[in-house]
Amino acid sequence: MIAEAGLAALWLAAALALMQLAIAAIGVRRVMAEPDFQTELSGHLLAAVRPVAIVQGVLALLAMVLLITVFVRTDMSVLLVAENSHSEKPLLYKFAGAWGNHEGSMLLWVTILGVAGAAVAIFERSLARATLIATLGAQAMIALGFYAFLLFSSNPFTRLDPAPVDGQGLNPLLQDPGLAFHPPTLYIGYVGISVAFSFAVGALVTRDVGPAFARAMRPWVLGAWIFLTLGITAGSYWAYYELGWGGWWFWDPVENASLMPWLAATALLHSVTVLATRDGLRAWTIMLAVVAFSMSMIGTFLVRSGILTSVHAFAVDPERGSFILALLAIYIGGALLLFAARVGTVRAGNTFDLVSREGALVANNLLLSVILGIVLIGTLYPIIAAGFGTQLSVGPPFFNKAAGPVALLLVAIMAAGPLLRWRRDEAKALVARMAIPIAATVVALAGFLIFAPGIDLLPLLGLALAAGLAAASVAPLWGRNLRRTPLFTYGMVISHLGIAVSLAGMASDSAFTQATLVAARVGEPQRVGPYSVTLDGIAPVIGPNWSALEAHLSARRGSGAAIQLRPQARFFSNPVTSTSESAIATMLDGQLYTVIGQPDGAGRWQLRLWWKPFVTLIWAGGALIALGGVLSLLGRWLRERRARGREAEA
Amino acid sequence: MKAKHQRLTLALLGVAAVIAAGVLALSALKDQASFFYAPGDVKKDGLPLGRFVRLGGMVADKSIVKLPDGVSIRFVVTDGVATVPVLFKGIAPDLFREKSGVVAEGEFQRDGSFTASNLLAKHDEKYMPPEIAGKMHETKTLKE
Repeated sequence: MIAEAGLAALWLAAALALMQLAIAAIGVRRVMAEPDFQTELSGHLLAAVRPVAIVQGVLALLAMVLLITVFVRTDMSVLLVAENSHSEKPLLYKFAGAWGNHEGSMLLWVTILGVAGAAVAIFERSLARATLIATLGAQAMIALGFYAFLLFSSNPFTRLDPAPVDGQGLNPLLQDPGLAFHPPTLYIGYVGISVAFSFAVGALVTRDVGPAFARAMRPWVLGAWIFLTLGITAGSYWAYYELGWGGWWFWDPVENASLMPWLAATALLHSVTVLATRDGLRAWTIMLAVVAFSMSMIGTFLVRSGILTSVHAFAVDPERGSFILALLAIYIGGALLLFAARVGTVRAGNTFDLVSREGALVANNLLLSVILGIVLIGTLYPIIAAGFGTQLSVGPPFFNKAAGPVALLLVAIMAAGPLLRWRRDEAKALVARMAIPIAATVVALAGFLIFAPGIDLLPLLGLALAAGLAAASVAPLWGRNLRRTPLFTYGMVISHLGIAVSLAGMASDSAFTQATLVAARVGEPQRVGPYSVTLDGIAPVIGPNWSALEAHLSARRGSGAAIQLRPQARFFSNPVTSTSESAIATMLDGQLYTVIGQPDGAGRWQLRLWWKPFVTLIWAGGALIALGGVLSLLGRWLRERRARGREAEA
Repeated sequence: MKAKHQRLTLALLGVAAVIAAGVLALSALKDQASFFYAPGDVKKDGLPLGRFVRLGGMVADKSIVKLPDGVSIRFVVTDGVATVPVLFKGIAPDLFREKSGVVAEGEFQRDGSFTASNLLAKHDEKYMPPEIAGKMHETKTLKE
């Protein structure tokens, strides 16, 4: 019954989405014909469309809850559960396993889309009514496509008759607490961008592109961007400790699929600020919203179509791939057509000098677009080449070489941007304000050249620029009354500082990491970095649905106390798989990362050891970036509430 | 600056940036894209020396030899047409085994052998890298 109820909820939600689209399409036409957007008619229409959007979100959420229920109960008569779950699986993975497969993860996508639409309907008060109606219409159109995708080609509630005795289990690589956190966060980010896209479409339809629109759109972009940042950071750390390769970013296509929307959203975040504060970059901001959503659609396509082989690609089914590709073509093509048709009616915004805050933000946008272009080419090239019968792969050397220098240039501009005045500034004055950051960069550069010679150019520049950026990012606070500085200024400072921190971690990891691979005998100490690691013994361990061989390692630094590490080689029975669980010891100045390999039959065990100085800064920086976003969001919200309070008084 | 001029400047800058990205990306792609080879391709097209490439196929039966240092292995990759001996130093992936698919990343040596810096094996029992499936299909040696 539960599965059928879930399916019914999905169909109902799809019907409501159709209704929402119809009301919006007819309504916007009527409202546009009237002289003023804020007429009684638009109020009535909004009163009709709001509840529809809310109920649609609730129904989608209900379907997701019901799917989780069948997974938690391990109802083997549901095909999806039989294929992806197992009665012996721990409860957390039964719960999170609901989206650890193709159909379930698409349902999660749609659920978040529905809930986001409901949130817009409930919370959005500052957008012009007609634009809001059009926005909800656009949101319904996106949702309809995905409902169709779920119902016609990826139904998560299909029954299986006869029901098997037990299921096939979940890929052990996914059996990690990360599964409960990483996909929902990333999806909220992906789908949040669809809201920005719907806003852009809405504003194009009603010709409402301007500062008020930008102020209404900004919190949604910011929210999506915060979640994307968190999702990417969490995913990176998960891959780092789970895969046991000691790397934190592999330029894997699925990673790029999350990075590309982030790059576009970051650019959008900055351009929407220019539009909100200075009424500039109107058409460009709309274009970026379209690009950002395209990237999240391309990401969904790459990850969910099965065109890529990775732990993320659950099913290889050409029909599904074509379906998502068709959706992508319709939405992006449609949006671009609308853009082309309406861009002429978007009035030119305010102008500005090249040396100004706007100028720096434009440079930021261009450089982010360049990086985005590079990542996109590198990600799609192998797929396109495969279409022509050439098989090749594009890996880290390409991305680092092509995107690295551009990213460093971007960092330099990022340092200068917040120190520039809006509209017009003097280059000389900027140099004076940049004195300390420039000095910090030079000192760091000289310091590393003298005390740690032989670092590669890219990490060296990364370390030096990180020092400069750290100094520059707190510079906007100098000489200000810290208590009267608005919260969103702190947000910017902390986000930029987060980039510096993260960059320092990345550069430090690639410059100073020490690794060793040995066949170790029990009792024989091995050296890695400042540590001496001894294998004390190997012991078997039994887990809930796995057994493992666990290495007992003790690591000592100088004459300090020994740290115990327990890396495991795990064997899962459902499905039959083995994985290696790394053991990581986190110190203030870095991480000791250990992995156990195979025995050689003569009493020796393969051990892979890394000493990674300051590697944790990478994710700490990511968290800071997101925290800055949260502060910004909070700051804008507080300011708006105060402004509304003043209006009410007046 | 007039609004019109500003738009034009911005548009030109944008185009320049996109072209720069394209040129940068394509020039880097030329050097850095790593091509996929099956042992049969090497026999047909000759050795791609001095390039980082991927070699894929099946690990030949009874070919895995552990070397005395305890961390290196030798094995033979076959696609039914030709074979290539591979040397790999590192921890082999969990699903690396004989008569199973593998993709080795590394460089060919002058003597026709392959030195791998990384091995990719399938993630689970059902999974087969599409490159291998494709190549296997070509040489019609996949017995399934």
